[in-house]
Amino acid sequence: MINNRITYLKILGLVLLSPMVFTSCERDVSDAAVPATFPTTAEVYTDNPVGLTDEFFISFDPVGGANPEAFGTDDNEAYLGSSSIRIDVPAPNDPDGAFVGGIFKDRGEGRNLTGYDALTFWVKGSTTATVGTFGFGTDFETSPFPVEISDIQLSTDWRKVTIPIPNSSKLTQEKGLFLFSAGSFDLDITPDDSEDPGTVDLGYTFWIDEIKFENLGTIGQYRPSIENGEEILTEGFLEVPIQITDLAMTANLESGEDVTVNVAPSYFEFESSNPEVATVDENGLISVIGTGEVIITASINGIAAEGSISLNVEGSFNFAPTPTTPAENVVSIFSDAYQDIPVSRYNSFFEPFQETLGGVQSVGSENIISYTDLNFVGIVFNDVTFPAQAVQPVNATDLTHLHIDVNVQEAVQDSDRLLLELTNYGSPETVGSYLISGSELLEDNWVSFDIPLSEFSGLGDRNRIGLLLFNSTNASNVSTISNIFLDNIYFYTE
Amino acid sequence: MKTFNYKNSFKMKYIAAFLICSICLTGCDLDETQEVVTKNNLVWADEFDVDGPPNPQNWNFEIGDGSAQGIPGWGNNELQYYTDRPENVKVENGVLSITARQETFEGSNYTSARLVTKGLFEKKYGRFEARIKLPYGKGFWPAFWMLGEDSDGEEWPQIGEIDIMEYLGDEPTTSFGTIHGPGYSAGESISKDYILQNNRFDKEFHVFGIEWSPNQINWYVDDVLYLTLTPEDVDEETDGEGEWVFNDRPFYIILNVAVGGNLPGAPNDETVFPQSMFVDYVRVYE
Repeated sequence: MINNRITYLKILGLVLLSPMVFTSCERDVSDAAVPATFPTTAEVYTDNPVGLTDEFFISFDPVGGANPEAFGTDDNEAYLGSSSIRIDVPAPNDPDGAFVGGIFKDRGEGRNLTGYDALTFWVKGSTTATVGTFGFGTDFETSPFPVEISDIQLSTDWRKVTIPIPNSSKLTQEKGLFLFSAGSFDLDITPDDSEDPGTVDLGYTFWIDEIKFENLGTIGQYRPSIENGEEILTEGFLEVPIQITDLAMTANLESGEDVTVNVAPSYFEFESSNPEVATVDENGLISVIGTGEVIITASINGIAAEGSISLNVEGSFNFAPTPTTPAENVVSIFSDAYQDIPVSRYNSFFEPFQETLGGVQSVGSENIISYTDLNFVGIVFNDVTFPAQAVQPVNATDLTHLHIDVNVQEAVQDSDRLLLELTNYGSPETVGSYLISGSELLEDNWVSFDIPLSEFSGLGDRNRIGLLLFNSTNASNVSTISNIFLDNIYFYTE
Repeated sequence: MKTFNYKNSFKMKYIAAFLICSICLTGCDLDETQEVVTKNNLVWADEFDVDGPPNPQNWNFEIGDGSAQGIPGWGNNELQYYTDRPENVKVENGVLSITARQETFEGSNYTSARLVTKGLFEKKYGRFEARIKLPYGKGFWPAFWMLGEDSDGEEWPQIGEIDIMEYLGDEPTTSFGTIHGPGYSAGESISKDYILQNNRFDKEFHVFGIEWSPNQINWYVDDVLYLTLTPEDVDEETDGEGEWVFNDRPFYIILNVAVGGNLPGAPNDETVFPQSMFVDYVRVYE
């Protein structure tokens, strides 16, 4: 690109120096001076794929559950013309895969979409299901510019969907022309004779027609946002990068409706108020390089995004000590040092009395558990408490200890309490408890505990341990510790 | 609101038809896209070139929620309280802004402003136009309109109403022109939509105007004439019951931003406040 521009300037200079030699003002400069441009074809699918090969559909990976058999065309349904795309959304138990989705890809060099402001298409469902995702910009290669819209409610008549393009000047060579993803788990209807308000395990069909890029001119009020439009205040730590998330843009359509699309970071310009503390790359990754305060903001096409990240960087993150127990002796619930077993929830959100917020939080490439507003909270790994998220409990019959690292994020009093409770889902169900007192804990420092399972008083069998509960309330039911980091929670054999 | 079904297409392009005439125009700003048929002599204007409150020689305020005028909700169950505070109305950078806000004020949940030339400038016939950029979102109901002077004690709708531009924020590509008079007022008024192609009224400024002559009013947006009404049209629309009241008396100009009410409905969660109607100028020609 840079080379092209230099060439262009050189030739432009020659042109300016020698205007006399031109006999016609119609004459173009040499082909070499024209930056490479790609086809501007608007249509993606009308009655046939337009400008694509016959194999224009590429399914998401069947290994991930995508059902490549569910895609086809239908000559009996069309919004316009004679044919449409037909998607048979599989039932969740379909042996060929529980969802359908993929992309329409330009197998050539890509298209120049800079002259368009929206991708539009018509869609119709066999029922009023909600399709998970439509979009464009994903090409299964580098895909720098995806835009996606979520949860589109189908109608049983044709309905037009408009996906605004955040900043089409970026789309000089786009290969990812369309994307969809749908699963019957998105189907949220309750049959009349069912008392279960959950979803129904049925497949359904929807049709898509007249997929094309348009320059509507009737889209306005572009409102980009990062971090869900919130002004995030957080601590940053040296050399612990932070990814800006929840990038979106809301625009207002001709119909007066607002539509919000999820937008790739590459559409944004990011700005650091203090590049000596933090910098941001084009993918929205914040690198923390110095101590001090910094505000990270963003914009699309000169329009400031709602939301920001303010960092206060005082130094490096104090990670818990790396465990040294050999992996073959460990059953890990939560640790970056081991392969964790499947866990239903790292925050139980028990209703109605639990107040604890938080859960797993990434700190750079590592993870910790951060709980705030702690009164009590469970880590759930059983097949009883939340049947829809059932996992196997731990058979700890031959295990001897529970390890846990605790770092209290506030001043600690000797009278503070952190009660650990293990539940064994046998018959009978038993609960064992172990009390850590405030005198054993430190503010802003990690303390490692290796607790013999035999010291969990009240615990009977250990063959189906499936809940680890933390309770910081005292005898008056008042929380004594509210903010806490945990890490390296695992059972092991000594 | 009643949709007026005009029989003939009057989407005539002024520019094309009167290109030759345009060279004799003088003093037109570059931003004036409207070319003129017959009424080119500027007789009154506010270009909003002086920062601060609107020029008191041109504009009076109507304050409140309409109760003082005997029409709470201004006759339409509108939700705003009109003030003359700079938060709701000011001139800045060459533009008048009328700003609707969501705030609790004197018992209302919204504030805005309504400016009238009543008692300061009133005129019968002429070309009345303004260059305006509009807000968007459910519940916004800005307007550039006129009412008949009523010092003789006559009341609406006998005094007549000419709505040069009305617009609903949840239809960002549609404006409409309307007349109200005896036999065709409120829900029975005679009206027509103008739909902007490949553009929106909240994206940039557009010119809204009428050309008002004896027995005829033309409505235009930018360079497109989209509606002509005459006494014959009123007769036809009202089965002879309506009376053309636009040869009777001078009218004054009104600029306002209403919030909510019968026509737009209340704002919803997505409606953005505060937002403004921006007016670059109001000009009157003969």
